[in-house]
Amino acid sequence: MSFTGVFLILFLIVHVGINACIFANDGGQMFNTAAHFMGANIVPRILEVGLFAGFILHIIQGYMLTVKNKSARKVSYAIDYGNKGSKWYSRSMALLGTLVLLFLILHLSNFWIPNRSSQGFSLGGEIDLYEKMKETFSGHDIITILTILVYVLGCAALGYHLAHGFQSAFKTLGVHNKRYQVMLTNIGYGFAVIVSLAFAMMPISFHFGLLN
Amino acid sequence: MEHYNMNLNLKVWRQKNSKTNGEFKMYRVENISSEMSFLEMFDVLNEQLIAAGDEPIAFDHDCREGICGMCSMYINGKPHGPWQANTTCQLHMRAFKDGDTIVVEPWRANAFPVIKDLVVDRSAFDRIIQAGGYVSVNTGNAVDGNAIPINKDNADAAFAAAMCIGCGACVAACKNSSAMLFLSAKVSHLALLPQGEPERHSRVLNMVAQMDKEGFGACTNTGACEATCPKEISISNIARLNQEYLSASLVAEK
Ligand code: HEM
Ligand code: SF4
Ligand code: FES
Repeated sequence: MSFTGVFLILFLIVHVGINACIFANDGGQMFNTAAHFMGANIVPRILEVGLFAGFILHIIQGYMLTVKNKSARKVSYAIDYGNKGSKWYSRSMALLGTLVLLFLILHLSNFWIPNRSSQGFSLGGEIDLYEKMKETFSGHDIITILTILVYVLGCAALGYHLAHGFQSAFKTLGVHNKRYQVMLTNIGYGFAVIVSLAFAMMPISFHFGLLN
Repeated sequence: MEHYNMNLNLKVWRQKNSKTNGEFKMYRVENISSEMSFLEMFDVLNEQLIAAGDEPIAFDHDCREGICGMCSMYINGKPHGPWQANTTCQLHMRAFKDGDTIVVEPWRANAFPVIKDLVVDRSAFDRIIQAGGYVSVNTGNAVDGNAIPINKDNADAAFAAAMCIGCGACVAACKNSSAMLFLSAKVSHLALLPQGEPERHSRVLNMVAQMDKEGFGACTNTGACEATCPKEISISNIARLNQEYLSASLVAEK
């Protein structure tokens, strides 16, 4: 859980970094250059297989852990405030993770699947991903509005998942120095807020024509 | 503090034995003094039940001064009741007011099966301790306790961990029924002291293996245990346990 979690955090840093290139507002030049590097280069394409494995492992571990922990108490309490002192999102990692997964399915079908199917088995031939983003988020029809809503909610779920997950991963890996724990918890909150806001701003910016 | 008397409605879990299904029963107690402890209020109720020819309510208790960890009761949805850093026996009736309805349940976890009414079987904790929560000493003269120098910070942290009374409230509060706070207190207590050093690796590996065998859930660091623990055992002990476990797994000779 913690190893795959930290791995996915590292992925997010790369992913949010590349996508934030759209905010350069240069008609997608910078972004498409970065996206082209990732899509048309054999190294990131091989790493991508590892990324999928990381996601799948994390998701399977997550559900197995949830089932194991749920079944450790067959008779439940009539009244339950026992969780007082814990945060709701700490207790809802499986739910938040599932929301992220649902978002991820839509997200892959929006961009990754069209791009890779245009490429086939070659390294070149990608679609213009910047234009594709614009097209996906600019419209005012109901499908576009719903898509944007799912993206924003997905980012919120990811933010809360990370707000717990970031610090939890380091505790699971054994960091118990008090000062580092406090520091990592705060970095985790900052990371969660920055990543989720940065991602959420992407569809919003396209929709309101803030990017050309 | 002002003294007052109160009448209360109690909704208490009754269960004949581990084989039968239990149910909640309603009871009424009157003229309860705000200066009584929660267990004394139960004594009053049991006197009443015995006088009426009914079966008294079984509950665990021993020291009644907050140090043995026996008095497991899940009161109004919280282990050991509403007060912070407190055991049921040290919970006083001034925590409640006249006319309150109080719901009392046993700890709920597969690893803590109900024996009768509010009494659960916590021998899983004993077996975890037996798996490694000790230091072996040779017989002969008692060694001089002050012969080995111990760093003050380590001694303080070890003492804080040694405060754990094995009550099981951490398991009862945890949504995963995880025993990690308890185990982390026991492992930390010995891992921080030079006396614990010789058995350091086998201790943590064996105790974790026993914990898993007992059917407790796994820790996801929610923090409910730390918030409910009557001895305020810090959750950072769990991170220390994780570190002890990881490094023992990597470097233990066996
Ligand atoms: C897609 C479906 C997902 C599911 C079902 C899921 C589920 C879970 C669950 C149940 C936990 C355990 C809670 C804990 O150990 O504290 C967890 C932890 C974590 N998740 Fe996810 N997750 C998903 C996606 C993600 C994504 C997309 C990321 C980040 C990119 C992520 C990052 C983390 C991190 C960092 C942890 C903490 C690991 C730890 O506590 O040791 N998860 N996840
Ligand atoms: S850690 Fe705290 S709550 Fe858990 S058994 Fe020890 S004293 Fe009780
Ligand atoms: S009876 Fe000993 S701690 Fe409550």
